[in-house]
Amino acid sequence: MKDQAMTTLETSVTDQNNKFSANNVDVYYGETHAIKDVSVNIENNTVTAFIGPSGCGKSTFLRCLNRMNDTIDICRVTGDIRLDGEDIYNAKVDPVQLRAKVGMVFQKPNPFPKSIYDNIAYGPRIHGLFKTKADLDGIVENSLRRAAIWDEVKDRLDAPGTGLSGGQQQRICIARAIATAPDVLLMDEPCSALDPIATAQVEELIDELRENFSVVIVTHSMQQAARVSQKTAFFHMGNLVEFGDTTKIFTNPEDPRTESYITGRIG
Amino acid sequence: MSTFTLFCLIVVLAVIGFFAGRHKVNSQSKPLHSLPRYYGTYVALFAFIPALLVLLVWLLASPIFLGKTIASQITADMIPEGGSAELVLSDVSRIAQGLRAGADNGLILTENINDTVNLAVLADVLASSGVFLGGELNPDVLQLALSYTDAAAFSHFLMICVVLGLAMAGFVFAYGRVNPEFWARNRVEQTYLGVLILAAGLAILTTAGIVLSMLFETINFFQLHEMRDFFFGLNWAPNFHGDSELSILPLLWGTLYISLVALLVAVPVGLFAAIYLSEYASKTVRSVAKPLLEVLAGIPTIVYGLFALITFGPFLKDWFGDGGFLGVNWMGDARSVATAGIVMGIMLIPFVSSLSDDIINAVPQALRDGSYGLGATQSETVKQVVLPAALPGIVGAILLAASRAIGETMIVVLGAGAIARFTGNPLEALTTITTRIVSQLTGDGDFNSPETLVAFALGLTLFVITLALNIVALYIVRKYREQYE
Amino acid sequence: MTASAKSKSLYDVSDHTKRRNAAEKRFRRYGQGAIMIGLLMLCMLVYTIVSKGTGAFQQTFVTLNVELLESKLDKKGNRDIEDIKKVTTFGYAPLINTAMEAAVSDHGVQSDLKSKEMAKIISKSAPAVMRDLVIADPSLIGQTVELKFLANSWIDGYLKGRVTRDSIANNKNVSSEQLDFVDLMVDAGVIYKGFNLNFILGADASDQRPEDAGIGVAMLGSLAMMVVVLVLALPIGVAASIYLEEFAPKNRITDIIEVNIANLAAVPSIVFGILGLAVFINTMELPQSAPLVGGLVLTLMTLPTIIISTRAALKAVPPSIRSAALGIGASKMQSVFHHVLPLAAPGILTGTIIGLAQALGETAPLLLIGMIGYIASNMPETIAQGFLSPNSAMPAQIYEWAKRADPAFYERAWGGIIILLVFLVTMNTIAVLLRRRFERRW
Repeated sequence: MKDQAMTTLETSVTDQNNKFSANNVDVYYGETHAIKDVSVNIENNTVTAFIGPSGCGKSTFLRCLNRMNDTIDICRVTGDIRLDGEDIYNAKVDPVQLRAKVGMVFQKPNPFPKSIYDNIAYGPRIHGLFKTKADLDGIVENSLRRAAIWDEVKDRLDAPGTGLSGGQQQRICIARAIATAPDVLLMDEPCSALDPIATAQVEELIDELRENFSVVIVTHSMQQAARVSQKTAFFHMGNLVEFGDTTKIFTNPEDPRTESYITGRIG
Repeated sequence: MSTFTLFCLIVVLAVIGFFAGRHKVNSQSKPLHSLPRYYGTYVALFAFIPALLVLLVWLLASPIFLGKTIASQITADMIPEGGSAELVLSDVSRIAQGLRAGADNGLILTENINDTVNLAVLADVLASSGVFLGGELNPDVLQLALSYTDAAAFSHFLMICVVLGLAMAGFVFAYGRVNPEFWARNRVEQTYLGVLILAAGLAILTTAGIVLSMLFETINFFQLHEMRDFFFGLNWAPNFHGDSELSILPLLWGTLYISLVALLVAVPVGLFAAIYLSEYASKTVRSVAKPLLEVLAGIPTIVYGLFALITFGPFLKDWFGDGGFLGVNWMGDARSVATAGIVMGIMLIPFVSSLSDDIINAVPQALRDGSYGLGATQSETVKQVVLPAALPGIVGAILLAASRAIGETMIVVLGAGAIARFTGNPLEALTTITTRIVSQLTGDGDFNSPETLVAFALGLTLFVITLALNIVALYIVRKYREQYE
Repeated sequence: MTASAKSKSLYDVSDHTKRRNAAEKRFRRYGQGAIMIGLLMLCMLVYTIVSKGTGAFQQTFVTLNVELLESKLDKKGNRDIEDIKKVTTFGYAPLINTAMEAAVSDHGVQSDLKSKEMAKIISKSAPAVMRDLVIADPSLIGQTVELKFLANSWIDGYLKGRVTRDSIANNKNVSSEQLDFVDLMVDAGVIYKGFNLNFILGADASDQRPEDAGIGVAMLGSLAMMVVVLVLALPIGVAASIYLEEFAPKNRITDIIEVNIANLAAVPSIVFGILGLAVFINTMELPQSAPLVGGLVLTLMTLPTIIISTRAALKAVPPSIRSAALGIGASKMQSVFHHVLPLAAPGILTGTIIGLAQALGETAPLLLIGMIGYIASNMPETIAQGFLSPNSAMPAQIYEWAKRADPAFYERAWGGIIILLVFLVTMNTIAVLLRRRFERRW
């Protein structure tokens, strides 16, 4: 399988520009075949968007990238997913360490029912990423600044995170993910529960995050994909239909299914 | 006419009413507003419900009213030495009962009884109908009993007239109103609604009953016994010759101590069991272990009591008692705080675990995902995200368990002992509020002595404590649920 | 950033992570431990109940051929029932002594005991049993009949291993010579253990005769109480739930009622006993110790349980059903009674059975209304008596036995628990089956 993966790849897995490379990935939920033979490369400092109609498997695939599917008993993943050339499903890999490197932001803002400070400090604390309280303060401030919410919350770090507005909560969640210093940020429809203004703020943020991370975003909205991403993957019924530069996908798709979707005929 | 016959009569009247009402609208050719049976039901309800209500109220009120009337006629010379007006009153009603039974059996004619009748003969007659008199039949008391019987008979007669009259009146009134344009269905449904509201109101009535019944006797108690001693005294030493020391504090100490031991067993075990079941266990393990644990909650408390008394207490004594395996003589009696507390803890395990399980399950999956997504292990997620999020709910569950422990009776009656004192040694016997309620109310003492009445004061205190715990707990749990709905 | 995972390979599991995983394992083990403790306790309880209680279903019997001498039982010889009734149980006792002597010589058993001592191994109830037999059929007088007597509880305990020669060293009721004699009689087949139907169907006996005590009468008491609870609590509970769930306006009063019901469900059961004593017995003057009163108290106690589960069942019926009924012109009342209620019926029934099971095992309130300390020795003769005349109830009877100091009664108590649990398990199984059978996912 590995050999086959090596040969079928157009770009080598050792290519410095590739963060993630997934080859021939299949996912089963019990009897259901949710992802069918998907191969994708995710580049450094790039925003990659997964689009497609509901139930097409885009979220499922995203959750394979940091092994969040492990928490679901009936889910089974086969194929080869490599992060910096290392197989993340290798038995030697502790998913706990993987997830520190591959952070995740969810559909609904889910701040923990703790203070804002404790929310951000949660990751560094469990992974032991700091020595002194000052270190931790630095991590928290830095993360909040990078998530573009420092100015809004710096005076009330002790207030509960659940008291903020939806957009603020989602940016807290992003800051929380940044705090463990990940290489990749996975975002599962991060704006679907937000109003348009908050959405704009988060999108702007995603664009800034590209400087330091590679970002994978699952989105329902094609406009959003077009606005924030450089690469786009179109999923349909568990298949990866088309993957390429965002401009190309939206202006000149190769596959007729992609065209139907972006023109609004399916989805 | 017996009350039962009377009841049957109004039922019959209602049934006739149903058919009459239905027939009346059916026989007219005009279009009907409602189905015919609603017209029938309307008449039946009118004949039945008012009559039934009056019947019930009468049956409840008349003994009280008659008792009051008779009590007011008891004079000081009727009261034998060492007796009380209440005893005379109960004699009167028992004699009256015996006379009635005698009359029913044809042994005596009620009209023939007067003070010229040989009292000894009368006592025999009474004995034959199961009424045995302690002393000699006092003619004055007999007179009272006679007037009691007369009054009761009159009241019964009056009740029959009123109830039957009301049933007829209802029948006639409703029958007169029934006609095809009449909105029978709506009226009938209004009546049904009234019945439903009454049923819901019974809950309030029960609470009121609990509070009032205990409050009256508690007030009686405080007239006989100093309130200060009850609340702030340090000794519990009931003495049926009077002069008792009846303080709640030693009992409260025993109750709280045993409950604390029970919670120390139940909360860690129950909480960890709930965490394991909701976060770790596979579906199969959960489907087996959860119902099995809940079996513990379904076992009647008497079983736990027996277990404490016969098995667990002696087991503890084998270890800690005189000549025990540990060679220490810390335990004198098999009944102790630990005996009752630990067994009660076992009983509370499923109580804590299923409540906590529900509450932990109510924590949204999104929070867990958020934590896993950051690379937290399952236990870190549970300890740092799930439990803090579920904390208010779990506190509520523990408070409910505490209220259960405080009000538990059978385990402490059988396993805790009967010594009221302040001791910190869990291997010594202590007593609780509930055990004292049982022993004071099942003892042989006079009902109106402070030693018996204190049980009501204890009961009221117990009710107030558990009610407060419940209200707080339910409020917390409710708020908690709203947060995640 | 000492332990930063960033620079390292994913394949290296850091010490920090190892420690975390160890903590994870420990935590998991605590959880498993808690479950094990719970299950262990359950096993221990079940084991105790079964090991201590099954003995009650076995009883030691003594079969003797008793000659019902006319000279003792009917001196005038005219079989006048009134004369026969005048012979008290004392008149029958010597017959047993004689019969015992006969049995000893028939089986060639050697013993130094006097016949009176030998006869003592038989229950004190034996003469009364014979007297009842003779009064029921005077023609038996003069005949020799084979009778099966209960052995007294010490002998019974000896055969069951509860009583040993050591344990009776200073006991006035039984001597080790008697036990030697019993051994011989067991070998001869005169004394043997058999199934104890009397325990299940019989009446309680005074504390002198544990061997004669049964739980049957108390069972009837419990049954009568359950009938009262079912007849009152089910309709009232369902009516209250329908009102609260379907009709009640959202206002303060409804709120108060709801909070009230939730609180009533958690009021200690003994408080209901106090209520019963004060209201039903002292104020309404209903008879003490009567199953009717017990039933009323348990009704009040069970109502909240039934209301809570009925409301859950009503809530589970989707609103679309109500809208559908209302949409074709049914009144609200009709939509509830014709559609919602039948759909909720299995849930209501399940809740009711569980409530009944709770009530069946409840003891504390019965203590206060006088269903304890009463020796339930008479079967109620009519249905009305079943409700109104003093009786005990199963858990109350168990408590009563537990209080008597004689260990022979402990065995009865555990046996009673087995019977009680058989009822509870049956009821709960029915409830579970009902739920499975009719469970509906909308």
